[in-house]
Amino acid sequence: MTSEQSEQPRRDQRRTQQQEKRGMSTQSAQHVPETNARGRLTQEQRLANSLGWFGIGLGLAEVLAPRRVAAMVGVSQEHRTLIRMMGLRELASSAGILNDRSSAGAVWSRVAGDVLDLVLLGAAFTSGRSNRTRLAAATASVAGAMVMDVITAQQLSRGIETRGGMIRISAALIIDRAQEPLYRHWRELSNLPQFMKHVMRIEMSDDRRSHWVAKGPVGSTIEWDAELTEDRPNELIAWHSVDGSELDHAGSVRFEQAPGGRGTIVAVEMQYRPPLGTVGAAVAPWFGEDPNQTVKMDLRRFKQIMETGEVITTQGQPAGREESTSWKYDHAVRQ
Amino acid sequence: MRANCWYGKQDMRVMDVPEPKLLNKQDAIVKVTSTAICGSDLHLYNGFVPTMEQGDIMGHEFMGEIVETGSEVKDRRVGDRVVVAFPISCGQCFFCKKELYSLCENSNPNAWMAEKLFGHSPAGIYGYSHLTGGFAGGQAEYVRVPFADVGTVKVENGLSDEQVLFLSDIFPTGYMAAEQCNIQPGDTVAVWGCGPVGQFAIRSAFMLGAERVVAIDRFPERLRMARDGGADTIDYEKTDVYDTLMQLTGGRGPDSCMDAVGLEAHMPGPLYYYDRVKQAVMSESDRPIALRQAIMACRTGGTVSVPGVYGGLIDKMPMGAVMNKALTIKTGQTHTQRYFQPLLKRIVDGQIDPAFVVTHRMKLKEAPEGFALFNQKEDGCIKIVMTP
Ligand SMILES: NC(=O)c1ccc[n+]([C@@H]2O[C@H](COP(=O)([O-])OP(=O)(O)OC[C@H]3O[C@@H](n4cnc5c(N)ncnc54)[C@H](O)[C@@H]3O)[C@@H](O)[C@H]2O)c1
Ligand SMILES: [Zn+2]
Ligand SMILES: [Zn+2]
Repeated sequence: MTSEQSEQPRRDQRRTQQQEKRGMSTQSAQHVPETNARGRLTQEQRLANSLGWFGIGLGLAEVLAPRRVAAMVGVSQEHRTLIRMMGLRELASSAGILNDRSSAGAVWSRVAGDVLDLVLLGAAFTSGRSNRTRLAAATASVAGAMVMDVITAQQLSRGIETRGGMIRISAALIIDRAQEPLYRHWRELSNLPQFMKHVMRIEMSDDRRSHWVAKGPVGSTIEWDAELTEDRPNELIAWHSVDGSELDHAGSVRFEQAPGGRGTIVAVEMQYRPPLGTVGAAVAPWFGEDPNQTVKMDLRRFKQIMETGEVITTQGQPAGREESTSWKYDHAVRQ
Repeated sequence: MRANCWYGKQDMRVMDVPEPKLLNKQDAIVKVTSTAICGSDLHLYNGFVPTMEQGDIMGHEFMGEIVETGSEVKDRRVGDRVVVAFPISCGQCFFCKKELYSLCENSNPNAWMAEKLFGHSPAGIYGYSHLTGGFAGGQAEYVRVPFADVGTVKVENGLSDEQVLFLSDIFPTGYMAAEQCNIQPGDTVAVWGCGPVGQFAIRSAFMLGAERVVAIDRFPERLRMARDGGADTIDYEKTDVYDTLMQLTGGRGPDSCMDAVGLEAHMPGPLYYYDRVKQAVMSESDRPIALRQAIMACRTGGTVSVPGVYGGLIDKMPMGAVMNKALTIKTGQTHTQRYFQPLLKRIVDGQIDPAFVVTHRMKLKEAPEGFALFNQKEDGCIKIVMTP
């Protein structure tokens, strides 16, 4: 972990203070998710980038020097034309990826290409004229590339953006209530599991410290201690996990008066560094296909509680099937 | 209890399912006395609405007696006779406070799904796919009604079920469609579709001061019912709709036009097959045949009001006509609760008896036959009411 990386959650709070000094007028501009504002590539995009350039290199070799490629992977020279075709395919899908590094579709098309390559390599095994050892090595590297492709494509289609090892999420929702009751309800951190579906419980250790228990992958739990880093009544609450926690997490919620007296805009920003630095594998189930959308659903439940006093549900209603409700659609966001 | 469940395209089954329980404090349980099949149900029946699950309980037009209330229900009591509004609305959000009940922000537990499709989510709706919440519907013996204070209207015993049942949907829907036309004295209003919604749109247009209403359909019994309501009629299979409307209005066109047909419009001629094929290969989800005609026929500066349901994408939308003729398009799921009291008053005052639209009465257990009959428009079927 570089110092730049571990700085990130904290840097955010500094920014809020600066923004505080600059006054109200710049506040809404701050809501533009900084992931985009900063313009740097996410880890997923960078991965896609290198996959793209790798593909261009491979494709060019296949098109321009099919004989050498054939010798390298251990197949007979007579497959030159086929190798050229594979090269063209590789060039096309790589160009697609480089053209839009956030496009999951382009990376998925590369995965399809990998499958095709594997099938062809598999077929080559049955040919007497192939060099088995080289073929095995080639197959292993295509399979390896495919794993990278699949991971990248999955992350991209989930919309997960990792920067400096951090997944950052932001969402905002307008609630037809004044800042004060919204702040008060949130400040009582033990209320959060009412609307944050992946958090099972939060216990307050003292006024600034809390212990969080959340659902982990496949029935496990993840626990960590958090402390408030900022608490400005009716305006902002910020917290982060304490050093040495299983999960490196920071979050903030801002309560900003909506224009025209139309209630309050509640803006949440969260950052997670997944345990072991994996590309989001452990916490991905919380966020399902679209992390921002999932946090927005949490915010939506917060809104329901504050505006109507209850969370709308269908869980437990009858249907002509065992599984009686629509909640699985809500869960689908996370799965 | 007995409930009519969706199992697939044109596959309805009446099943024995558990009775509903209160799930929230503002819920009530209603014992259904009458429940209807709506034209909107046909879009589910014919498989045009995604996110239906096998076993979903259908139905969103129902009424009955309250048999249980949650602890936070304030204005309804066990024993109250109520009609239930088809959109589920909290009564507390920005939109509910503006009486835009079908846009309630707090009643769709699957809002994220609708957001993906529409950018924002409308209110939850009973028995109308998981996109609008996956709520168990009203073609059942008992129904859970969330936000019961907001979602129900109390009715006196002097009125029959058939007189008040349609406050749940089609009467307010036809009325809102007409209201959106901003009818001025002397106006000619054209209504595409003489199904139940079209029928109430015709009568509402007159109530709101239209001079003349022209109704368009192809089924003789529906056109006859439209004429009974005071409309002139056009059979679109026999005459050209645009030409006839221009003939009737001296070339100016109707002051406002309503599309009470929706995404399953039918039409003689090749354009119909163009849309059918596009729908089949999923490059357009809805067939906007009546909508296109309404836009082309509407007078310049007029209003096109669209109660007909659309779910996705349409093709060949004449946007040039909308722009160059300075048309106003108004649409939406009905803000039913807003019309409860004013329309109940019109019924009590005898200005309209909504029972006129009922052609078939059945038992809930016959629901699958009812759907087939209504879908095929056989046996003069216009509206089916079922009792448990
Ligand atoms: N906005 C709402 O809240 C709301 C509420 C209820 C119903 N609806 C919608 O209103 C529409 C009508 O409902 P309904 O119960 O009357 O259904 P319906 O199926 O009984 O009526 C539709 C009528 O349109 C006619 N039609 C078909 N193609 C036509 C064409 N090209 N020109 C003229 N008429 C044509 C049919 O013959 C039929 O009589 C449906 O789309 C329904 O989903 C909307
Ligand atoms: Zn309906
Ligand atoms: Zn509401």
